[in-house]
Amino acid sequence: MSSAGRLPTGGRIDRARPIKFSFDGRSMSGFAGDTLASALIANGVSLVGRSFKYHRPRGILSAGSEEPNALVEMRAGARREPNTRATSVELFDGLQAQSQNRWPSLGFDILALNGLVGGFLSAGFYYKTFMWPAAFWEKVYEPLIRRAAGLGRSAGAEDPDHYEKSHAHCDVLVIGGGPAGLMAALTAARSGARVILADEDFLPGGRLNAERQEIDGAAGSIWAATVAAELSSMPNVRLMRRTTVFGVYDGSTYAALERVNDHVAVPPPFQPRQRMWRIYARRSILAAGALERPLVFANNDRPGVMLAGAVRSYINRFAVTPGQRLAVFTCCDDGWQAAIDAAAAGISIEAVIDSRAEASPALGGELGKRDVRIFRGAEVIRAVGSRGLQAIEVRDASGRISSILCDALAMSGGWSPITHLTSHLGGRPVWNESLPAFVPGTLPSGMSVVGAANGAMALARSLAGGRDAGASAARDFGRSASDAPLPKADDEPATVRALWHVSGGRGPAFVDFQNDVTAKDVGLASREGYRSVELLKRYTTLGMATDQGKTSNVNGLAILASELAQPIATVGTTLNRPPFTPVSIGALAGHHRGKDFRATRLSPLHEWAKTHGAVFIESGAWLRASWFPRPGEKDWLESASREVRAVRSAVGLTDVSTLGKIDIQGPDAGTLLDRVYCNTFSTLAVGKARYGVMLREDGFVMDDGTTSRLATDHFVMTTTTANAVGIMRHLEFCHQGLWPGLDVQMTSISEQWAQMAIAGPKSRETLARIVDRQHDISDAAFPYLTAREITILGGTRARLFRISYSGELAYELAVPAGVGNAVAAAIMEAGTDLGIQPYGLEAMGIMRIEKGHVAGSEINGQTTARDLGLGKMMSKKKDYIGRVLAERPALAAPDRWGLVGLKPVDWTTRIRAGAHLIPIGAATTTANDLGYVTSVAFSPSLERWIGLGLISGGASKHGTRVRLVDLLRGSDIEAEVCDPVFYDPKGERLHG
Amino acid sequence: MRIRCPYCGERSNDEFYVLGDADALTARPSGENAEAFHEYVYQRTNLAGLHRELWYHSNGCRRWLVVTRDTRTHEISDVTYASKRGEGEAA
Amino acid sequence: MKYSIFSVLREGLRGGKGWTPAWREPEPKPHYDIVIVGGGGHGLATAYYLAKEHGLTNVAVVEKGYIGSGNVGRNTTIIRSNYLLPYNTHFYEWSMKLWEGLEQDFNYNAMVSQRGVLNLYHSDAQRDAYVRRGNAMRLAGVDAELIDADGVRAMAPFLDFENARFPIHGGLLQRRGGTARHDAVAWGYARGADSRGVDILQNTEVTGIRIEAGRAVGVETTRGFIRAGKIGLACAGNSSRVAAMAGLRLPIESHVLQAFVSEGIKPVIDQVITFGAGHFYISQSDKGGLVFGGDIDGYNSYAQRGNLYIIEDVHEAGMALWPAIGRLRTLRHWGGIMDMSMDGSPIIDKSPIDGLYLNCGWCYGGFKATPASGWCFAHTIARDAPHALNAGFRLDRFASGRLIDEKGAGAQPNLH
Repeated sequence: MSSAGRLPTGGRIDRARPIKFSFDGRSMSGFAGDTLASALIANGVSLVGRSFKYHRPRGILSAGSEEPNALVEMRAGARREPNTRATSVELFDGLQAQSQNRWPSLGFDILALNGLVGGFLSAGFYYKTFMWPAAFWEKVYEPLIRRAAGLGRSAGAEDPDHYEKSHAHCDVLVIGGGPAGLMAALTAARSGARVILADEDFLPGGRLNAERQEIDGAAGSIWAATVAAELSSMPNVRLMRRTTVFGVYDGSTYAALERVNDHVAVPPPFQPRQRMWRIYARRSILAAGALERPLVFANNDRPGVMLAGAVRSYINRFAVTPGQRLAVFTCCDDGWQAAIDAAAAGISIEAVIDSRAEASPALGGELGKRDVRIFRGAEVIRAVGSRGLQAIEVRDASGRISSILCDALAMSGGWSPITHLTSHLGGRPVWNESLPAFVPGTLPSGMSVVGAANGAMALARSLAGGRDAGASAARDFGRSASDAPLPKADDEPATVRALWHVSGGRGPAFVDFQNDVTAKDVGLASREGYRSVELLKRYTTLGMATDQGKTSNVNGLAILASELAQPIATVGTTLNRPPFTPVSIGALAGHHRGKDFRATRLSPLHEWAKTHGAVFIESGAWLRASWFPRPGEKDWLESASREVRAVRSAVGLTDVSTLGKIDIQGPDAGTLLDRVYCNTFSTLAVGKARYGVMLREDGFVMDDGTTSRLATDHFVMTTTTANAVGIMRHLEFCHQGLWPGLDVQMTSISEQWAQMAIAGPKSRETLARIVDRQHDISDAAFPYLTAREITILGGTRARLFRISYSGELAYELAVPAGVGNAVAAAIMEAGTDLGIQPYGLEAMGIMRIEKGHVAGSEINGQTTARDLGLGKMMSKKKDYIGRVLAERPALAAPDRWGLVGLKPVDWTTRIRAGAHLIPIGAATTTANDLGYVTSVAFSPSLERWIGLGLISGGASKHGTRVRLVDLLRGSDIEAEVCDPVFYDPKGERLHG
Repeated sequence: MRIRCPYCGERSNDEFYVLGDADALTARPSGENAEAFHEYVYQRTNLAGLHRELWYHSNGCRRWLVVTRDTRTHEISDVTYASKRGEGEAA
Repeated sequence: MKYSIFSVLREGLRGGKGWTPAWREPEPKPHYDIVIVGGGGHGLATAYYLAKEHGLTNVAVVEKGYIGSGNVGRNTTIIRSNYLLPYNTHFYEWSMKLWEGLEQDFNYNAMVSQRGVLNLYHSDAQRDAYVRRGNAMRLAGVDAELIDADGVRAMAPFLDFENARFPIHGGLLQRRGGTARHDAVAWGYARGADSRGVDILQNTEVTGIRIEAGRAVGVETTRGFIRAGKIGLACAGNSSRVAAMAGLRLPIESHVLQAFVSEGIKPVIDQVITFGAGHFYISQSDKGGLVFGGDIDGYNSYAQRGNLYIIEDVHEAGMALWPAIGRLRTLRHWGGIMDMSMDGSPIIDKSPIDGLYLNCGWCYGGFKATPASGWCFAHTIARDAPHALNAGFRLDRFASGRLIDEKGAGAQPNLH
């Protein structure tokens, strides 16, 4: 254990608020304002995790969301969150964290043996081996690989927390709360524009909180706090802390994740854990800052080797010391600042190694006086130590190698602008050799980029860029931005000379820390032909870890460029994909889970059905009454059979409200219907209903239902439940898209009307008791297929249709939805002495199969009207949708699968839908497949199992026998092919 | 994606249903020429570039719209009513 | 160079210095017997089988970017042969059989993992449709099992059985289905084709198809004109654009399909599981990431990226199916461009132009088809006639009505 710890003073932490937490079961303490990473450092922890492939010991590399190494499992039980970056976790009381991807312990991990045989496990080795013998892959090799891979463990139980989604609109979205972002937001906000400032940190200010730079003569962090306070007080500003804008989508839509309660142990009651925002922004200003690059040298992954900027963050913001004896390795001016700040904090500086021979002698300032060893034109070639840094090997300008003892090394390879969000819509960053770094290329519409994200690495330039972008956005909205003077700040540009790879040290030099991709792997991939940056990424997994290459991509492709002897600009870069940082699946789902996954639609007769004890089933969005059990009935079949017998012998009532209902009016309503149905409706008499079949334009059946004519220019259409929405859309398309000249209007009235079927020989007698006296519903006055508006129960509006799905004398009655339950109850009461019973979907299904009516199982999008025995309905006298293509050769072929009835030869044998039809004596092969069973029922009326099916040749097969073969469930049943109408084939019962 | 519905204003594409190529789908042939119907129903130009396409404002005004959108960038440059095309046209 | 235990050990000991390029980077020749347009899975597989099965090695694969830069490297890696309709069942089963011997055949570990594909059903009607499908599979000699709710619970106890809006009633299981390492499939075919003499021309974009006297005779490219005896198009996603260079219009629209991967976690799910009450499918890669996806965005696109409403829809379905994944994080999402055909099935056929052959219309199912697609396309080009396995995948089926519409969705690509 190192002797690192907390500095006695300083930092943006609240020493008055100590916080207790635990890591790997050890109790520790920190302060409010700490991250888990800073608190671990304060407690002397330097070994935090293990890497993905070689299980190498890892510490803390960064102080932000780019962290590849310090990943932990946060919380426990159902709230366990694997792979959580300790550098982004805000410390809270009771925080529990544990290390991951190690066994049996963090200090001693068996799989670290992988590292010893790293030579065999280089990039792509999987692809070259594990192929012998073939059967061993799934049984032996793959399970081992899977177990070794992965990182943390997921929770094993349902996530107990809730997530919200919100939408916001603004004039200007500022992404990032560092100096440039704060300045941009302030300028735009003062102009009166509606501003949202989103910052991923819990403390606005960005690098101002990590550096000792001054603005207007005071600490930069004070300026940041002042500006944040002003923004918070403005009514036109929403300052969103702990909020990461993680993606850019079309139409200036920005997705953001607000971590509402990740900084407490458990969200307070009725509060979400996280909230996902969709922000619609007219302008956006990207001020996301920059990421410091690690340097690539042997064993650069040892705990204690840290980014120089992170060292400054830990010292200046968190007042913790990453080590007692610090060395600095840099290729840019910026790195020196880590030594200066550390020295100011009382940390011993062992050496500063600058790879640039020309590095300015002025760098380091007072350091020289402190007897610090300074190397120019030198490189750290190797880190020494395993679970913690013990020393570094330095090769000086003359090539001499010396060893320097230290327990922390700050490294800086220069800074890369965070251009991720500029790429989400396809923009490619462009290489800027002078930085050297990729800077934003083509930007999403409405976006501008400022500050370090745009390559402006000096503070004064960041502030100026922020102000200019804020003012420019304000002007875009016709607002004037005040010309307040810019705050004064340092304008020294730091110079960098790229150093992509230090060779010569013994040991792996890591490019991608988490995925254990080394400089050697990059070279190997290039030698093997994986030379596109994308192939490099895919072959080596460079940049595919949870940090998505934030610290590795640029180094990797620079090394590739050097291997290929090409400029970096030519090699290019991979495209950053959203999200910027990983987003919890729960947040992207929001409330749509469990019973609330999708809306549940209830029929206007739901209460009535409930009163009668209905069993409901999910049917698309609906809950529908399936059957109405009575005491003593053993299963659904017994109940449904009893309901069928009631309808066939007396009267029953069922709910058909879920059918789509479309009101169509206008002088051309009949013409439109003629064009969308294959049969004719313009000739339908007022007061009549007709069954209609619609085809798709490709000639297959789309939907069926009855449509009634209530007046010359007024029709009411019904559609199937499943297609209610689609048919409405289709009709609107036909009208607006194809025939806008037609004078017709339509609207969905599905939800306005409760509709019930009253079916059975006693249905008229029942209905007569509730229909108002002036409406004659006798057979003579109201024959089959009559449709009229009437009144019932003393003046209640209703529409009565004499149509039958059950095959009995039957009616459908539509009443305003609000009175549905009352009317159903009244009918039940009126029919009590006649034996009325409620019946459900199952009974309806049985009766329609008995009658050979087609439903969704037959109208499956693969059948034509002729297939279904409805060919005669296809008018020859008019044009209609689907007419021409329905005549294509394959749609009119005689061997098409047509609708038939199926009766098992042994009437007691249960048959099942989905069985295929195979000739007797033939092999069960595709070649002998004649068709399949679409629907089955036990018919209480016939007292036997019956089915509908589609068979090659259709009606021509009546009287033949086939086998119903169900290989999945192991049945093979002989059946007779027959007419699909099993019950009352002459249709006498619905008359009379 | 945001679609500026001429009736409802700018809305997220969540509110809409998209059908496809507006010029193809609204050019229904008359008569019985099977080849013409085959072209109409099945063949698409499938442009990489400005594409006029049908969107239906299902959770809004229920108007069918012709949206001109670049299929390479998803940028929308124009939105009109589908029915405008045939306004005044004989039935 | 052959990959073997010995080569891996030898190179391990000497620091990998002896590994040679997996494929050459040749200069284009002025003439090839066959030019395949598209260096994705299908194009590379076609070249591989042209060389291996038909002895045709004067072949070039022309790729505008890097090999495998299209959908072979963007899909969710699922392989299966659980199809309903006759042409599909046999074709995809042939593909499965090729998968089963692929790695030994092309000497590259593509991590073909037959961990099972389980399609859940949530209603009686869905069950009946799956029974029909499962029986069609069994009739074609494909493995299929029907599993009830208890069976599903035994295999995947973590799914939502208690509080689901659409309770799980059971599932259709194909044990031989599973996953494969998608990029490795492209690389394995590329390496195998290259070693047999095929020229793989990366960063070579086709800008025109030259037609002389009604016959396709070569391709104009960014590296000059390349004359060809025959030209095969295998550039799904961009089929319409390339076919248009030869004056052809296709029954295809290009649509974006998004895919997602989570952060890596220790193994939690063995099978590929598809949700029957929403658009969602999920599996876990050997690296530990959950790989999942859902429906296409629905609008025509060449942009290889999608929008939030589908992203949210997919995650909603994921949480509805498996509520313990709420605290896992989606790491990356991306899009690929699909050739959505008018009946949801592919086209492998001669084109109306002599010397020009089509392999397109794969919708979002092209990855699992890769071996059989290449195998059948190679046969179609080499013999100038389709093999029985792809005889149904004709271009003229839309005119004749011999559609292969598994879903019965009709001529609306975004419904397939």
